[in-house]
Amino acid sequence: MKNILVIGANSAIARAVSRHYAEEHCRLFLLSRDAEQLALQKQDLQIRGATEVDCSVFDANNFSVHEAVIDQVLDRFGSIDLAFICHGSLSNQAQCEENFDSALQEFHTNALSVISLLTCLARHMSIQRSGCIAVITSVAGDRGRQSNYVYGSAKAMVSTYLQGLRGRLFKSQVDVIDIRPGFVDTPMTHAIKKGGPLWSSPEKVAQCIVDGIRKRKHTIYAPGYWRLIMLVVCSIPEVLFKRLKL
Amino acid sequence: MQIHSWGRYPTTDATLHSPRSPSALRRLLLDTQATDSGATTAFDGIARGLGRSYGDSALAGTIVQTRELDQLLAFDADSGLLTCAAGVSLDTILHCFTPRGWFLPVVPGTRFVSVGGAIASDVHGKNHHLNGTFGQHVHSLRLLQPDGEVLNCSSTENSALFHATCGGMGLTGFIVDATINLRRIPGSAINQRTLRTQHLQDVMERFEASAASTYSVAWLDCLARGSALGRSLLFLGEHATDGQFKAPQRGGLGVPFNSPAFLLNRYSMSLFNTLYYNRPVNSQAEQRIEAGQYFFPLDSIAHWNRLYGRKGFLQYQFVVPDAAALAAISLVLQRSSAAGKGSFLSVLKKFGPGNDNLLSFPLQGYTLAMDFKFENNLLPLLDELDSIVLDHGGRLYLAKDARMSEATFKRSYPRWEELAQLRAASGADRMFNSLQSRRLGL
Repeated sequence: MKNILVIGANSAIARAVSRHYAEEHCRLFLLSRDAEQLALQKQDLQIRGATEVDCSVFDANNFSVHEAVIDQVLDRFGSIDLAFICHGSLSNQAQCEENFDSALQEFHTNALSVISLLTCLARHMSIQRSGCIAVITSVAGDRGRQSNYVYGSAKAMVSTYLQGLRGRLFKSQVDVIDIRPGFVDTPMTHAIKKGGPLWSSPEKVAQCIVDGIRKRKHTIYAPGYWRLIMLVVCSIPEVLFKRLKL
Repeated sequence: MQIHSWGRYPTTDATLHSPRSPSALRRLLLDTQATDSGATTAFDGIARGLGRSYGDSALAGTIVQTRELDQLLAFDADSGLLTCAAGVSLDTILHCFTPRGWFLPVVPGTRFVSVGGAIASDVHGKNHHLNGTFGQHVHSLRLLQPDGEVLNCSSTENSALFHATCGGMGLTGFIVDATINLRRIPGSAINQRTLRTQHLQDVMERFEASAASTYSVAWLDCLARGSALGRSLLFLGEHATDGQFKAPQRGGLGVPFNSPAFLLNRYSMSLFNTLYYNRPVNSQAEQRIEAGQYFFPLDSIAHWNRLYGRKGFLQYQFVVPDAAALAAISLVLQRSSAAGKGSFLSVLKKFGPGNDNLLSFPLQGYTLAMDFKFENNLLPLLDELDSIVLDHGGRLYLAKDARMSEATFKRSYPRWEELAQLRAASGADRMFNSLQSRRLGL
């Protein structure tokens, strides 16, 4: 693994994953909205061993710049070995239920912007005929639950899209990886009460992701026990499930 | 939310903040909060790193976690000077730099502490007798002052503030970042010699005789009585010189939930201590062990503090000057073992000279640390131990403390007034307070 593009580089998981690749002396290109954070991260990753760190201020919701920004990365790096997409926001479910504009905003951030980026990346990588696209979705996309279905359905859209894309890019030797974290203790989940055995640190999740990408898994549950949990959640009959306050 | 530190006692309700950048930290300090009554209140709280202090020194109604301020900022591979944000853990530093032949100048008993916390508690390690405390290897630090200004502090620049901040328990301001001196090592493994000693005087004589050893620490059987009082295993360590460098390993066992506290009683602890003391030891031969195993034996058991049960535990760590050490430590051991209180891990260590930091704990003498399961009759016993320690010219470690009285503190830390004056002058006394600082009248 050499040239790595990280989109949403300021997310806690992205930070931890970037550090892994810095220690492996990779070249990293970071995209994030926050210039101050990018500057801090650049220094940090260089000291940790990255061969080169470039960064650019980038708002994923500004779809019109997606093509240009991918071109910028390719101009710099020549090729992309791993494109890691991890920007996102955790929806306020109640607000999204009342107000479609809020829901639309969430779909923009968590689904449509990702699909726009995937469209550009897929085009370049199928020409390149190598590399890997890894996207953070969520276990919330595995089944719609009343407490969080706006976020969940946005993530499900990306997961389904990735399944199709995986088949399309298979013959181009490009791997497509769907990463589904469970509960992660990050700034995104700041408002939620933490604690209990199901919460993981971003570092733990990052380790699962790096291992999974190395093995070129199709779907990474992070940590792995979420695969089992979601198997159980998905096997509950709907007659029962609709009555559960999940 | 409910929060506690490593000893799981006490627990308090706190509002937590985790700023992601120095500017966010500054905003947190300067933005006044509107209260329900319409009035505005300024910031009043304390910084918290990885929560490895034992008592209430990192607890307050408002807590600022430094865990997101965890970037390495600069490293000079010639001099070994490393600049990093306050929330960087010692684990991170060892992970990144041990493979390159560098080591921290001072490491405490766990590597899961932040640089900011290590400075604020002026932590010491197994090389204190030669190398002093962590603060003595801080080249400089940047301190966010109550007025929002960031001051550069070192032993030559703003030195009064520097010596108040190293060991200052976070009471002078927020440490934003610090530059520390890493040291070159000839190899990361440790060549260890283990000496079995018969009693307290024996182990102290061995400490004196091995003053040239880079690292030394003793595990002490706190439940042994009579002529065996204070019997110990003394562990001496030197860096290997084989040029092999490996960071301390991560991962290992964990304690998934609170264990029933009744499992820890005087019989189980006595059995453990006897078995541990009598384990096969070849005092002549050197044993090569990994650095992590020598410095951080407990780090391989995640959440070991849960072993003490739901109510938590108190760690009692005191230091007494050389001349009084034998008498004072004997008295403390007799008193605690007569009360049937003991711990798995009692650690004895000879300190070198103290330093200029106002609230730094170490002084030339001996320190003993004991863990006690929290029980209702524990606090009166600890008050008794306090008076033994104070009568012998000693004091307690603030990073471990959850209960000492204001009078005990002020009698044993004579420079507290200098810190209080400095805090009053800068306005820090109105903004940086922990449950501990209020209890101690700082």
